[in-house]
Amino acid sequence: MKNDRGDIELAGVCKSFDGATYVVDGVNLKIADGAYCCFIGPSGCGKTTILRMIAGHEDPTVGEIVIGGQNVVGLAPVQRRTAMMFQSYALFPHLTVRENIAFALRVRGQSKADRLRAADAMIEKVRLTQFADRLPAQLSGGQQQRVALARAAITEPRVLLLDEPLSALDEQLRVQMRQELRRMQQELGITFIHVTHTQLEAIALADLVVVMEQGKIKQAGPAREVYAHPHDRYVAEFMGGQNVLSGRVEKVNGSSFTLAQAAPDGIEVPLLARSTVSVGDKVDIAVRRDDVALVRPGKDLPPGCTTSLPSRVLAIEYQGYFVKVMLDTVPDDEFVAYVPEKTFFADPFTVGDVVMATWSTGSALPLA
Amino acid sequence: MSAVLADMPGAVAPATTKAIAPSKGGRPWTFYVLATLFAAYVLALYGPMFCIYILSFQDIRGGLVFPMKGHSMHWFVDLFTQVRTGDVKGSFDRSIKLAVIVTIITVVVSFLAGLGFRRRFRGDTFVFYMMIGSLVAPGLVLGLGTGLLFQALGLNASWYTSALGAQLSWTLPFGVLVMFAVMSRFNHVWEEAAYDLGASRWQSIWLVMIPVLAPGLVAVALFGFTLSYDEFARSLQTAGSLNTLPLEIWSMTLNVTSPSLYALGTVTTIVSFIVIGASLGTIVLIQKKRGSRSKG
Repeated sequence: MKNDRGDIELAGVCKSFDGATYVVDGVNLKIADGAYCCFIGPSGCGKTTILRMIAGHEDPTVGEIVIGGQNVVGLAPVQRRTAMMFQSYALFPHLTVRENIAFALRVRGQSKADRLRAADAMIEKVRLTQFADRLPAQLSGGQQQRVALARAAITEPRVLLLDEPLSALDEQLRVQMRQELRRMQQELGITFIHVTHTQLEAIALADLVVVMEQGKIKQAGPAREVYAHPHDRYVAEFMGGQNVLSGRVEKVNGSSFTLAQAAPDGIEVPLLARSTVSVGDKVDIAVRRDDVALVRPGKDLPPGCTTSLPSRVLAIEYQGYFVKVMLDTVPDDEFVAYVPEKTFFADPFTVGDVVMATWSTGSALPLA
Repeated sequence: MSAVLADMPGAVAPATTKAIAPSKGGRPWTFYVLATLFAAYVLALYGPMFCIYILSFQDIRGGLVFPMKGHSMHWFVDLFTQVRTGDVKGSFDRSIKLAVIVTIITVVVSFLAGLGFRRRFRGDTFVFYMMIGSLVAPGLVLGLGTGLLFQALGLNASWYTSALGAQLSWTLPFGVLVMFAVMSRFNHVWEEAAYDLGASRWQSIWLVMIPVLAPGLVAVALFGFTLSYDEFARSLQTAGSLNTLPLEIWSMTLNVTSPSLYALGTVTTIVSFIVIGASLGTIVLIQKKRGSRSKG
């Protein structure tokens, strides 16, 4: 019975190499069949180890890995029907593109004619026909990546695992190959699991973004949810685009609470999903950098803005369609406003100017 | 506009010539000093050997020292026909056979050791130092010991038993050290990729490791062959009643006083060069085969 389902479930997966410290520490996760899932986190957070455990290159110390309803712990990659694309591609240097791609069929004992025909079909799919007889060393980074993709895909896996597939490429090619990965994933219709440390890559590609820290999952969800509604300070800071402030709760008033800060009236924050806060609690909140408006002191605040914090401009970076303005709004944390280019240059600030950083109550997000 | 374009080559040219060509003043004085030093080194290295080669082509009146007396192939014929020059053909035969056996064992064992030492294991440093130990042990002493041990055990010393063992004590550590260098360039991710694609351990060795490491394996083979072919110290007390070529040459220096000794030197050098040429040729062929496949 051939089972083509590529849904994955990790249940209580732990991994320790030395028996004392856990690189992966109690990971539970469900990944739907045909999803594009990105694991993201700083180096050493255990994301690559999880990938290698799903691939069958490491065994979990504790826990189950279920693919298509079947516990695959202890099975070889071929039995799991997973395929891995390695970070530096690991193309065989002595084999041509065609032979590299046909390798998996060769070790299965397919006849030379059969396997080369299958390889040629795959080569066409990744648009490498004119390079079929070249050696890996004679290919560019992007071409090598396509060979690696084709070599993995020819085994007809139900899950394809990609270990930092774009890290070896330069910036422009990275964006281009990113689209190609997504295209291949849709064409093959299989589950892709992609490990990266680049936030932009993860939110651009993934249906499911998994943010990790020190062997644990911090947050898993759709890209937009993870970016716009981070659970806690770590995720907010790691995914970027947010200002994180902390303070003590001054008063609680129904659906919102007020955070004591340098602002004359404190910062009003909606309660949202956050269960309970009581006066005196230390709370982190996040405000999106592009939700912060800057107003010169004495002028009227934009409609809906209740909070305004006096700040001094520390630095200004022109970024094209927006301008990054760094402020000293809060004492210990970085505070940045992304001001649209046209708004900024209508009345440009200079370093040292005093401005009011302001946002509407709804933009403030309480963090766990 | 046209004026600007016309001006440009003139403005650009001096900069490019300066960047591409070295300064016209020629090479610095240090170049000549180092070149002279190198020439002296090459002369010291090859001069003595060329004396032997040249003197081996004298005619029948030839002696052991310069000046040359005529030129012919007389001493080469003499070498293989005269009994008084010793058992050149037999010893040459034995040396080649011995070198081939040593080469095969060295390549196989070095490759396996290379595989074994990829990961750390208990006592790996001990094994490593034991191996290096046999490399630094004086060859003559080691050969003497091997001979004594065979005698004590009541075994007959001969070129294919005791001499083989004594030579392996020399070629194996060398082979393993070369193999380590070769192995360090092998990316273990290739093995992992092979496993991921469904290759068995055997397939991954046969289809990935050996082809990738082939040039290195040829280098190990070359090492094994040449080290064995001209090994003297370790063979001296272990070869038994029948001499290997270096031993034969040595005994000839004691009792042969004709240029046929030099002729022997020339012949053995030619054999060495054939072996080296064949090895390098194989490496070039492997690389060329890969290159041509990629074009065609």
